[in-house]
Amino acid sequence: MVSTERTVPEFKTDSVELDKEEGLMLYEDMVLGRTFEDKCAEMYYRGKMFGFVHLYNGQEAVSTGVIRSMRPGEDFVTSTYRDHVHALSAGVPAKEVMAELFGKETGCSKGRGGSMHMFSKEHNLLGGFAFVAEGIPVATGAAFQAKYRREVMGDENADQVSACFFGDGASNNGQFFECLNMAALWKLPMIYVVENNKWAIGMAHDRATSQPEIYKKASVFGMTGVEVDGMDVLAVRAAAQEAVARARAGEGPTLIEALTYRFRGHSLADPDELRSPEEKEFWQARDPITRFATYLTEHDLATSEELKAIDQKIQQEIEEAVDLAQSSPEPDPSELRRYIFAEE
Amino acid sequence: MAETLFFNALRQATDEEMARDSSVFVLGEDVGHYGGSYKVTKDLYKKYGDLRLLDTPIAENSFTGMAVGAAMTGLRPIVEGMNMGFLLLAFNQIANNAGMLRYTSGGNFTIPMVIRGPGGVGRQLGAEHSQRLEAYFQAVPGLKIVACSTPYNAKGLLKAAIRDENPVLFFEHVLLYNLKENLPDHEYIVPLDRAEVVRPGKDVTILTYSRMRHHVMQALKTLEKQGYDPEVIDLISLKPLDFETIGASIRKTHRVIIVEECMKTGGIGAELVASINDRFFDELDAPVVRLSSQDIPTPYNGMLERLTIIQPPQIAEAVEKLVEGRI
Ligand SMILES: Cc1ncc(C[n+]2csc(CCOP(=O)(O)OP(=O)(O)O)c2C)c(N)n1
Ligand SMILES: [Mg+2]
Repeated sequence: MVSTERTVPEFKTDSVELDKEEGLMLYEDMVLGRTFEDKCAEMYYRGKMFGFVHLYNGQEAVSTGVIRSMRPGEDFVTSTYRDHVHALSAGVPAKEVMAELFGKETGCSKGRGGSMHMFSKEHNLLGGFAFVAEGIPVATGAAFQAKYRREVMGDENADQVSACFFGDGASNNGQFFECLNMAALWKLPMIYVVENNKWAIGMAHDRATSQPEIYKKASVFGMTGVEVDGMDVLAVRAAAQEAVARARAGEGPTLIEALTYRFRGHSLADPDELRSPEEKEFWQARDPITRFATYLTEHDLATSEELKAIDQKIQQEIEEAVDLAQSSPEPDPSELRRYIFAEE
Repeated sequence: MAETLFFNALRQATDEEMARDSSVFVLGEDVGHYGGSYKVTKDLYKKYGDLRLLDTPIAENSFTGMAVGAAMTGLRPIVEGMNMGFLLLAFNQIANNAGMLRYTSGGNFTIPMVIRGPGGVGRQLGAEHSQRLEAYFQAVPGLKIVACSTPYNAKGLLKAAIRDENPVLFFEHVLLYNLKENLPDHEYIVPLDRAEVVRPGKDVTILTYSRMRHHVMQALKTLEKQGYDPEVIDLISLKPLDFETIGASIRKTHRVIIVEECMKTGGIGAELVASINDRFFDELDAPVVRLSSQDIPTPYNGMLERLTIIQPPQIAEAVEKLVEGRI
């Protein structure tokens, strides 16, 4: 059977420069994301966390490939409601993300944000936005800030890049087009990363848009747009590295469309009845983690024992995160009204 | 002392704060080369350049969101709404992100930004350009809402708003830009959170703001002649309300009239009445009187428009009735 799935030609890894250390780092980050999300599902069904919880399984190569090509703690990241794994890649400790999901004071947003509102000033994670597309202008503003700091305030070190993650559904929203226009106009150090997982809840991408190839929408703004295999961390990383270099050099923004897939329903409350078993199988076979594990062993960058050791280490880390989240204090009720306004 | 027009007072405030702090910048439609729809930023781009007077495309939600992102990362943006009504298109960024993000982030981020521009009912501008968004926005947590009314307070309040660490919605009024007043030569700041006692008195407390302050003062000419002695308070801060000043006045007069330009339903006055009942019910000798605009889209026709908003004779009449104990 000939598949009708849209994919891009396989990424040629010949030119990839990757040493063992970085290879293991990328692998570990993806495993961290996957393991964390699996644990979330478990905790959700055990009644430990509430509300809408959107998991990222299947899309790990995008978060890892982009964020791990940036400077941790210096560059900016914005996400959506599907934000746990972007937070982890940006360096927010798993225990702080887990504690946030448990609504605890030790959470990265002090239990006030929840699953869809992860924030960390320390890691320049600007959110966690629950409304579709509203993070795009915020990220664009952070990029404007870097340009402003350099050109107006004379700070030569202000070369931070801002990466903004959002979905195929968001790419039909006005804020996407408005921001592409402004970022290209002012040559802002921006990377717009569309994670095209083919679905916006139950709305199939090609039922929602007149031009399903989202990366092409960059061209009308005179902006570079690229499509990448979002199930291949090395492909994403290569595209991100180019985009980061372009942004830092003051040459303006890039739109990266990563073709990817979520392995679970839209949220843990979604019965996920619309997506066909064939489609799910097709994408499951492209699992970015097993694929990268194969690459690492085939290229003698890691042994399967080393990878297993990483898996175990992460498992351990997640267990500890849950323990901490569980044993952490609830927020102090006397601080219910804290954080409305800035404190002196 | 120099005689200064209202819009120039705002311009001076912006200029002084931009000179004082290089992280302050203005963005919005036509704020740069054109100088702002009411000339508040006229020629500032010549002094500060195109990045600090950033002419944006007509994309209110996105440029307001950009200001939020810039504020989160250390700048102090001033968003000019060409007309505050247009910021209905930025409602999401103002409410969810400017207003609530500090809280949802558990205090990770502060959002020092000002959103300012002309609001209110002008002269036959039609319904869409005659909005009083302060009423729509007052329920948003995390926002400060300020309305200026004279060249003096406009300048001092705008400077305070720019220095504030919180998002401030700053309402000017389309019909006040050409008011004149002698302003001090020295620098001054007017605190954001204090109501202004415009005229002390003992008969009745009149709570008002923005252009309606001037309608009240108009009515006062007649009332004074008739021997009435009302206390007039310009609320200035519509959120949070200055209950210290309001309460002190009510303890003195025991009667309250609210004069506002927003519509009656869900207006600033509605919130005031409820809060006054909560806090000062025992002080009241009569129910609080609310003079608000009609609950209708502002009509274009001049006569109908005048009937829509409160006029000075209605204020005078309400004072007479209330003080004579007829209501
Ligand atoms: C402004 C707004 N409208 C609607 C929703 C409800 N909603 C949440 S996620 C979603 C689909 C978004 O799909 P996409 O952008 O492709 O991201 P994905 O969930 O696939 O990661 C919708 C409609 C929302 N959160 N915000
Ligand atoms: Mg999607």
